[in-house]
Amino acid sequence: MVENKQEFWRWKEYNWHDESLDPKGAEIISAGVDVGSVSSQAVVMVDGKLYAFSNMRTGSDSPDSARKAMSWALENTDLKLEDIHYTVGTGYGRVNVPFADRAITEIACHARGGNMMYGPTVRTILDMGGQDCKAIHCDEKGKVTNFLMNDKCAAGTGRGMEVFADLLAVPIEEVGELSLDVDEEPPPVSSTCVVFAKSEASSLLRDGWSKKRVLAAYCSAMAHRIVSLLDRIGVEKDFAITGGIAKNSGVVARLEKELGLIALKSNYDTQIAGALGAALFARALIEKQRKKVSQ
Amino acid sequence: MITAGIDMGSKYVKVVILKDGTVLSKAMAATGFEPAEAAAACFKRAVQDSGIDRSSIEHITSTGAGRKAAPNINSDITDVGAAAKGVTHLLEGVRTVIDVGAEEGRGIKIEANGKVVDFAVNEKCAAGAGAFAEAMARALEVSLDEFGKLSLKSEKTIPMNAQCAVFAESEVVSLVHAKTPKHDIARAVHDAIASRIVSMVRRVGINKEVALVGGVSYNCGFVDSLGRALETEVKIPENPEYVGALGAALAAGERIK
Repeated sequence: MVENKQEFWRWKEYNWHDESLDPKGAEIISAGVDVGSVSSQAVVMVDGKLYAFSNMRTGSDSPDSARKAMSWALENTDLKLEDIHYTVGTGYGRVNVPFADRAITEIACHARGGNMMYGPTVRTILDMGGQDCKAIHCDEKGKVTNFLMNDKCAAGTGRGMEVFADLLAVPIEEVGELSLDVDEEPPPVSSTCVVFAKSEASSLLRDGWSKKRVLAAYCSAMAHRIVSLLDRIGVEKDFAITGGIAKNSGVVARLEKELGLIALKSNYDTQIAGALGAALFARALIEKQRKKVSQ
Repeated sequence: MITAGIDMGSKYVKVVILKDGTVLSKAMAATGFEPAEAAAACFKRAVQDSGIDRSSIEHITSTGAGRKAAPNINSDITDVGAAAKGVTHLLEGVRTVIDVGAEEGRGIKIEANGKVVDFAVNEKCAAGAGAFAEAMARALEVSLDEFGKLSLKSEKTIPMNAQCAVFAESEVVSLVHAKTPKHDIARAVHDAIASRIVSMVRRVGINKEVALVGGVSYNCGFVDSLGRALETEVKIPENPEYVGALGAALAAGERIK
């Protein structure tokens, strides 16, 4: 018998491109590929404008994930991989992007991407990724001035949220909304460790707590954990959140409440910040290269 | 003089009935979701096995994470105090006690008479506790017992990048994909837990003799890894999972006097 178990943590993969833009004859076509520990994104820019992107899960093989993300971003567009003038790889698997011209750290790329997504007033970017959480300070040009990160512990990361979505059999995209649908805010889950928080959640369910209430308690614990990370570096206005958890309204609302600050909103997909920053770096690098040649 | 000790662990409840320093009976039950009920049932069984009458027990002391939830007790003692007393009763010359349970790890520095000098505890993170090995055994689809034995077959050291038990699970999956033999993965996991525990115990200092107690002592793979990480032999008393309950029963005796 084959057990057909639904995987609630599985978020939807997607690609997008701007049909109103014509990449033919563009001066600079640059790309950024962010190979993260959980998700990978590829961004293609045409003369400094976002043209296409993809967002998918990282497989067990980094070069393969990078290639897949890129070919998916280019799917149904008028571009091929050869048309791209310069590519920057970033993220956990940045050195394993086979077609990249250069690798740049995800911290630098997030600041640069955040600068474009949220405008030059953003000073603190909180990137809540799959297996890490970073607080980045940057200047008006999107240059990193300071940062702090947790990549040792699953508490406060997307992986932790995936574990909970699976445990409670709630599709991960719905966790945020459901967690806000409670009459009264429950006390946060007290265990820090995700492994222990899981047992705690099981006993809360047994005590008669609804799924929504348990989710509220976990989102609140996660927000609290992130705030203590942010406290160590300080939050300078304006403040923005990127990464997958930025899409979880339950964590974002509680985070904003605890900080007493509202995060900037953006029309860009919050998960592409790193790849977008990489594509911006790629554009600047090819410009520099061309200047040198012409001199 | 008859006393009893109840160790309310996060995973199991243990009961020891003691008469003048000799164990009359012991019993163990899964803690489950109703620790008090589990403890009461376990206690009843231990009393039955001991052949004595319930009323002849003069003092009952509880210990463990849920010690305040134990039913009908006269007093309680910390996990650290109980482990130190229990070990000193069973083994000679121990100065460092390492206690590894399902959800916590402790390093305890003691004097010859079993008095606690200093201790360090981790109860926040599964990476330094038995739960880590359990989760990884599950990921590899082997029993915990088998997981420990597998580890002994390996002679290869593979350092794990992940510290977190949740992240380690993804790492184990990638190791499996890379066709790493199960026994090498088992050893990598045990080495990781041992290294977390040793760095914690170092904070109080490691002095010979070193004793290991708690349920994780039954995991021969972990014991091997711990010995290598400490670079010294580790003594394990008989019935290491009952040391806390024994220590509590010994404390009960002192409290009568």
